Amino acid sequence: MRISLFITCYNDTLFPATGKAVVSVLERLGHQIDFPLEQTCCGQMHFNTGYRREALPLAKRFVSIFQDAEAVCIPSSSCVAMIRDYYPELARESSDERFMANVNDLLPRVFEFTELLTDRLQLEDVGASFHHRVTYHASCHGLRSLHLGDKPLRLLRNVAGIDLVELENSDRCCGFGGTFAVKNAGVSEAMVDEKIQSVLSTKAEICTACDNSCLMHIHGRLHRQHPEVRAMHIAEILASGGASGDAFGDSR
Amino acid sequence: MSLVTIDPRKAAPFPRAAAELLRDAQTRKNVAHATDVIQRKRAALVTEKEDWQALRDAGAKIRREALVHLDTYLEQFERQLTQAGGHVHWAADAGEAQRIVLDLLRGVQATEVIKIKSMTTAEIDLNRSLEANGIHAIETDLAELILQLGADQPSHIIAPALHKNRHQVRELFAREMKLPDLPDDPQALTEAARRYLREKFLRVRTAISGANFLVAETGSICIVESEGNGRMCLTLPDTVIAIAGIEKVIPRYSDLEVLLQTLPRSATGERMNPYNSIWTGVTPGDGPQNLHVVLLDNGRSELLSHEMTRQTLQCIRCAACLNTCPVYRQTGGHAYGSVYSGPIGAILTPQLQRMEYAQSLPFASSLCGACYEVCPVKINIPEVLVYLRSRVVDQNRGKLSSILSQERVGMKMMARIFLNHQRFESAQRMGRLLEKPFVGKDGWVHKLPGLAGQWTAARDLEAMPAQTFREWWQSRGKAGGSRQ
Repeated sequence: MRISLFITCYNDTLFPATGKAVVSVLERLGHQIDFPLEQTCCGQMHFNTGYRREALPLAKRFVSIFQDAEAVCIPSSSCVAMIRDYYPELARESSDERFMANVNDLLPRVFEFTELLTDRLQLEDVGASFHHRVTYHASCHGLRSLHLGDKPLRLLRNVAGIDLVELENSDRCCGFGGTFAVKNAGVSEAMVDEKIQSVLSTKAEICTACDNSCLMHIHGRLHRQHPEVRAMHIAEILASGGASGDAFGDSR
Repeated sequence: MSLVTIDPRKAAPFPRAAAELLRDAQTRKNVAHATDVIQRKRAALVTEKEDWQALRDAGAKIRREALVHLDTYLEQFERQLTQAGGHVHWAADAGEAQRIVLDLLRGVQATEVIKIKSMTTAEIDLNRSLEANGIHAIETDLAELILQLGADQPSHIIAPALHKNRHQVRELFAREMKLPDLPDDPQALTEAARRYLREKFLRVRTAISGANFLVAETGSICIVESEGNGRMCLTLPDTVIAIAGIEKVIPRYSDLEVLLQTLPRSATGERMNPYNSIWTGVTPGDGPQNLHVVLLDNGRSELLSHEMTRQTLQCIRCAACLNTCPVYRQTGGHAYGSVYSGPIGAILTPQLQRMEYAQSLPFASSLCGACYEVCPVKINIPEVLVYLRSRVVDQNRGKLSSILSQERVGMKMMARIFLNHQRFESAQRMGRLLEKPFVGKDGWVHKLPGLAGQWTAARDLEAMPAQTFREWWQSRGKAGGSRQ
């Protein structure tokens, strides 16, 4: 299949290892990757912070860039939620019928990375091996907006050598929430501290998720207090093993 | 506690109020414990209900129908209640509601009233207005009594004293009821409250209540409660005055079939409330002979015209969204500066204030969506939160202070950058350059200036990698990599 990758603005800039891992997994499975260089941001940060007017042209831009894709893969559950839940609303508000039609036409072809693997490609074993103790945080948008359920866990369970431990209250928000972490920094800190306690109690070496924004938050707090534990996007675990080696310790 | 107010016009912005509460370890412990207990009970009772999602759909449909035809159903309610011997009064705002209640109480020469728990009367600050006019209001709900004796404010919609534990309640009762030897077990505490209240029930001839539902079809008022004190207030006095927001009306009596299943399960984690009182008008020689219902608008009707704002009024005040909210969990209700706290308070309060006050509340959420997931009438709270954020941003667009704010400048700049990928690429390179002085030896950023400093106050930030993804992708193409 020809898969178009929307890497997302922050993965592109801050977490290229995740993008490389996505490419590695999908190419290993025999698919072709397109990366339209015109892509930038889906508009989530603007939309969620109240800057709807600024988000609309970004949404239109995204749709026009990916309009003809066979499938769009996005390794960030919150960006997929933005597109799936709020592009139709933005389109309705804009009264731009053509945009609305294009959104409705594109949406069934937009997939979060683990969704693409399990739903579209019907896979649970992607041939990875990863010999570490790992715990999985269910990012809010993946859980409640995309209804990922145990799809990411099914993929992880099929990773050879992985020691997967359940995270207590894994469905509780880590407190990132985009600009929330800055506007309500104190509450956000209290929330991430609860998350950190849960992570530590699993004795996992790595906390994983389908969204680097949560992981940036969890990892940022861990690094200050418990640098021995790290965070890693699920794609990097699924890319591990075989020819590409173990992503753990890979200095980017 | 002195800073606690439930008047949104006077309350501190959420982040400031929250900062104060975050330092109150005891309150946070009480809130986390209480909400954990209710959530566990709720989860068990929701799981056992196979048709739970269908019940949510049905509840949402009933509430939507009521709101879309609110004028019709309110007039029907008025007709039916009047025919049954009751009286309906219409109050446009808090002041008018206070005056109506005061006039009714003066009409029966009341100097004191007993009260059923009612968030609506707290919304209009009724007790204070009555005190100012020489009428003493006595709260009879156990939690409300705790708040009244402690001169405290509600921190939760259905368990307003949730921020207090039993040891704190014991101290309060021992002092206020003059019971120095009172033990702190729940039974002894409720027994003390019972004795304290029984005397009031038998003496006071006038009661004030709220309402859970107003049934248009029959003119009935429905009140659910756990203690039975509410039923005392509804049956013993000569005069009962119920104050209800106009949105409390439901079309049909049979609608209670759905809502009386979803409300208790969502609210207290019970299959049914211990006391369900539904009464219709006046029965000569039996129960209160003067029955008044004050229908309160106070900003509600302005939310009716748009679907986005209207859904806020679907709320049946179960507080499941508070109990599940990870933000409420950390701060408790007082941080919201309103009688309505938690996620529903964050959307209801600013709208009732016509977006003039409580502007920080729509931002007091990480948008995790747990509230929407549990809402028994399917209010899409995250969607409304984000919409209200845009209202706040838009109404400040012209203001100089806002034009110059770091946030707005940053947002405008980012929006411009994202509109062109070459500009985005330059910004990525520029970011790497600007970040350099802040990167520590370990490859992490530990301290940043300005707004970003809020992040590094508690968290580190990994330094930007030497190569962006797109740079890698392009280099791979040039090297003849497998772009295919």
